[in-house]
Amino acid sequence: MTDTLRVDIWRGTESGQFQLFAIPRREHQTVLDVVTEIQREHDATLSYRFACRVGMCGSCAMVVNGRPRWTCRTRVRDVVDDGEPLRLEPLRNFTVVKDLAVEMTQFFDKWKAAQGYFEPGAEPANDFTVVPPATTERQAADAGIECIGCGVCYSACDVVAWDKDYLGPAALNRAWTLVNDVRDQAQSARLDAVSGSEGCQACHTHMSCTTFCPKAIAPTYSIAGLKRAVLRRGLRGVL
Amino acid sequence: MTAVLFLAQRATAFVLALAVAIHLGTILYATRGGLTAADILARTHSNGAFALFYGLFVLAVAIHAPIGLRNILREWTSWHGRSLDVALSLFSLLLFVLGLRAVIAVYSA
Repeated sequence: MTDTLRVDIWRGTESGQFQLFAIPRREHQTVLDVVTEIQREHDATLSYRFACRVGMCGSCAMVVNGRPRWTCRTRVRDVVDDGEPLRLEPLRNFTVVKDLAVEMTQFFDKWKAAQGYFEPGAEPANDFTVVPPATTERQAADAGIECIGCGVCYSACDVVAWDKDYLGPAALNRAWTLVNDVRDQAQSARLDAVSGSEGCQACHTHMSCTTFCPKAIAPTYSIAGLKRAVLRRGLRGVL
Repeated sequence: MTAVLFLAQRATAFVLALAVAIHLGTILYATRGGLTAADILARTHSNGAFALFYGLFVLAVAIHAPIGLRNILREWTSWHGRSLDVALSLFSLLLFVLGLRAVIAVYSA
């Protein structure tokens, strides 16, 4: 193992340039360790975002050597060969605030636009709803429920890159978990929300979201589920 | 609207998958024995099954192609909205008229 790691980091906003740093290469260092070391030892003006450091919060996602990843869960040795530089950029498809920190408002606004929230209805339920774990709906919801909103799928999605208004994999995945929530009272409105011109039918099934999701969720299948649900409703005469 | 177009594109894709296979298969079969254009026209003349099959083929193309083109234009250009939908509706009509004209010409030749 060489002693020094060369790190190319994006500096600026939408316009800017890469800046090269050299730091000591360590056996088990993560990409987040690298960014933190550079900020503390080399350039205190470097901006990036992190919180938990253990893969729970999802806030440290960046593009590492061309691929979106959680930097806290990515060891340097797994992404660069000995002597090769590490290249760090902010997540794609987001507005860059500065350096490696991105603005996530639009991303979460799309969750709202896709009705990605539970709608209990006008009257609260009188009792707990029994949802057996073995039902198809519960299992479909379980498959997508662990999303923590890190934005890796959104960064990986080419359809978002082409069309800034496309709702994106995370918002549509969240909507799918709610379509499978038997307690939810806004099913028809949600299917309307996800089947506009920027909704689930725009997905090309490239599966980049599914490939890169650090939680091993498959938003592609969730989106396919939404397409089926919209189609089923349409065939029943409510297009 | 998007859901209707999505369904229409899938349904016509299903029709086209079969129709294109039959179309190509028939061409290969018919020309293998050295049939001339006149021989083929003699067989298609006043042939209701031929007219029905190609009428359906033309209809499927006229629905399928403009929807796909609309998706491509929306993704790759800034052309959105009503003018795009009107232009592609006219394109659909053009495909339908030209296709049907050819079917009628061969049917009545």
